[in-house]
Amino acid sequence: MQEEREPVAPTTQVAVLLNQLSCHFGQVKAVDAVDLEVLPGEFFSMLGPSGSGKTTCLRLIGGFEQPTSGRIVLFGEDASRLPPYARDVNTVFQDYALFPHMNVRDNVAYALMVRGLPKPERHKRAEEMLELVKLSGFGNRRPGQLSGGQRQRVALARSLINKPRLLLLDEPLGALDLKLREEMQIELKALQRQLGITFIYVTHDQGEALSMSDRVAVFNLGKIEQLDSPKQLYEYPKTEFVARFVGSANVLDGRLIGLRAGKYALRPERIYIQAGSQNGTNSLSGTLLDIHYLGSQTRYEVQVGGERLTAVTSSEEQSLQIGNAVTLRWESSFLRPLQEVS
Amino acid sequence: MTLRRRFSDALYVRPLFLLLLLLIPPLLWLGIIYLGSLFNLMLYSFYSLNDFTGQVEYRFSLSAFQQLFSSPANVDIVLRTTGMALVVTLACIGIGFPTAYYIAFYTKGSARTFWYLMVLLPLWSSYLIKVYAWRLILAGEGVISWFFNLLGLGWLLQGILSVPVIGGSSLSNSYLGMFLVFTYIWLPYMILPIIAALERVPKSLIQASSDLGARPGQTFRRVIWPLAIPGVAAGSIFTFSLTLGDYIIPQVVGQPGFFIGQMVFIQQGTAGNLPLAAAFSVVPVVIIAIYLLIVRRLGAFNAL
Repeated sequence: MQEEREPVAPTTQVAVLLNQLSCHFGQVKAVDAVDLEVLPGEFFSMLGPSGSGKTTCLRLIGGFEQPTSGRIVLFGEDASRLPPYARDVNTVFQDYALFPHMNVRDNVAYALMVRGLPKPERHKRAEEMLELVKLSGFGNRRPGQLSGGQRQRVALARSLINKPRLLLLDEPLGALDLKLREEMQIELKALQRQLGITFIYVTHDQGEALSMSDRVAVFNLGKIEQLDSPKQLYEYPKTEFVARFVGSANVLDGRLIGLRAGKYALRPERIYIQAGSQNGTNSLSGTLLDIHYLGSQTRYEVQVGGERLTAVTSSEEQSLQIGNAVTLRWESSFLRPLQEVS
Repeated sequence: MTLRRRFSDALYVRPLFLLLLLLIPPLLWLGIIYLGSLFNLMLYSFYSLNDFTGQVEYRFSLSAFQQLFSSPANVDIVLRTTGMALVVTLACIGIGFPTAYYIAFYTKGSARTFWYLMVLLPLWSSYLIKVYAWRLILAGEGVISWFFNLLGLGWLLQGILSVPVIGGSSLSNSYLGMFLVFTYIWLPYMILPIIAALERVPKSLIQASSDLGARPGQTFRRVIWPLAIPGVAAGSIFTFSLTLGDYIIPQVVGQPGFFIGQMVFIQQGTAGNLPLAAAFSVVPVVIIAIYLLIVRRLGAFNAL
């Protein structure tokens, strides 16, 4: 069900407009005819496995790659052929890309320096930005003397000092450990709300994309498979790829469960598992292969015919034994029909 | 347990002993043969020569340095050599930097190997052969002069050669020719360290600079050049000190007029004035030390 939209004229109502945007490297179609609109003030994520085209898409918006064809419109202005320094966009790089020969203050103030602002003004604003990212007093240090999380904040401060209308973030938390990453997710989201800047956030971590974003575009093979809110994406995946990549999903053949042919997604937490083999509608029986105790959840691997299905419960079912027969049940309303990919 | 096994086990649990074993040969070499002889050389510059007997007197004296700096001819030699070294270094930076920039940022895989080979290839043949080949190339009847005449530009070459100081009767008899040969011979020593420095600059730094609003010229000045300076400094130490010490090229190409290297050669050989020869060879060491201090002051090694 595609929403009907007016043909889009470049207006300032849209922060980023990609129109049939392609970027090919030789035979590889890294980005393949992508259409996309990002709204002002939105926290927008591009999610996908490596090689799906999400990073190339971001780099096209930043101006670091040249499109093979198509158009990039930033705030109503055609930017397809503009160099990075002429775009009102800033980027947080995956490796932070801090200048090793400058101290933290000069790194943060770099954008002001190239614009020729006087030193006192530069230092004042750099200090403000460092305060914003909770790094007051770190101005004289070198990037090499900072921890990964601190470098990340410096990179953020540096990219925000020019007050861009759009911030691109290329897997900014990828190099941090889990705990720090979760903290930074919360801080990034708060910062984005506070500043009202449009964020485009590239990640391969579906949990990150779901928890932070207003909308998520799932990339696969250079195309957007689905663009929706996190909840829509999780509850109503449109394709098998999305169902499997965003969260985990059982993909069932309709004929196996007495429906018409085609594939259906069923989330593991929507399945009830019980001992014994019973037949009935909206159920399948099979053999319990394995039990994974995960603390807050328990995951069950079940062999049903040629398929391997997963069920998740919040409490461990004591009666279940590996190797025994089990029955899986669900409510038919949680079966999501998937589109066949052409 | 075999002896070999016991030996490896002993080395494994005593890593310091292994390190010592590894370091003994280089320490012996560097410590005794290299630094020892350098120290000995310095020492000799503070001895004096007894004019009467022609023997070295092993007592502290500054007479060698006095002799060196009191003679205008000797000061000329120092200035001439330093001037040449400076110009050659600048030319090597001028030619070497773009070359290294291209190789580091625009080539990869087999193309890069090819360019590395092109830079290194001249080093495979003998230095003497190259210098004498250049003498022929630069000679009045040589290929350069022939080529200028072919293009009808013989007058231009003559004009350049008539410029005082750098000119001469032919390129091979001029400081300009000597400069060309020096630049050719030392160029690889400039290119390689700059490539090494530029290769270590992540592409993302250049993109970040551009992203933050810097035009390409600003990115070069603020990011690429500062990060390349350690390589340029290393290369210029090579070109500078090699030119300061060379005594073959000034003999084969160029005008009469000695260089430091030749003076060292003559003073320790034919003249037998070892203290003066030592004093002459201390000059490049001091110049390089001063150069390094200046470069460090300018913050060249901040990125290291």
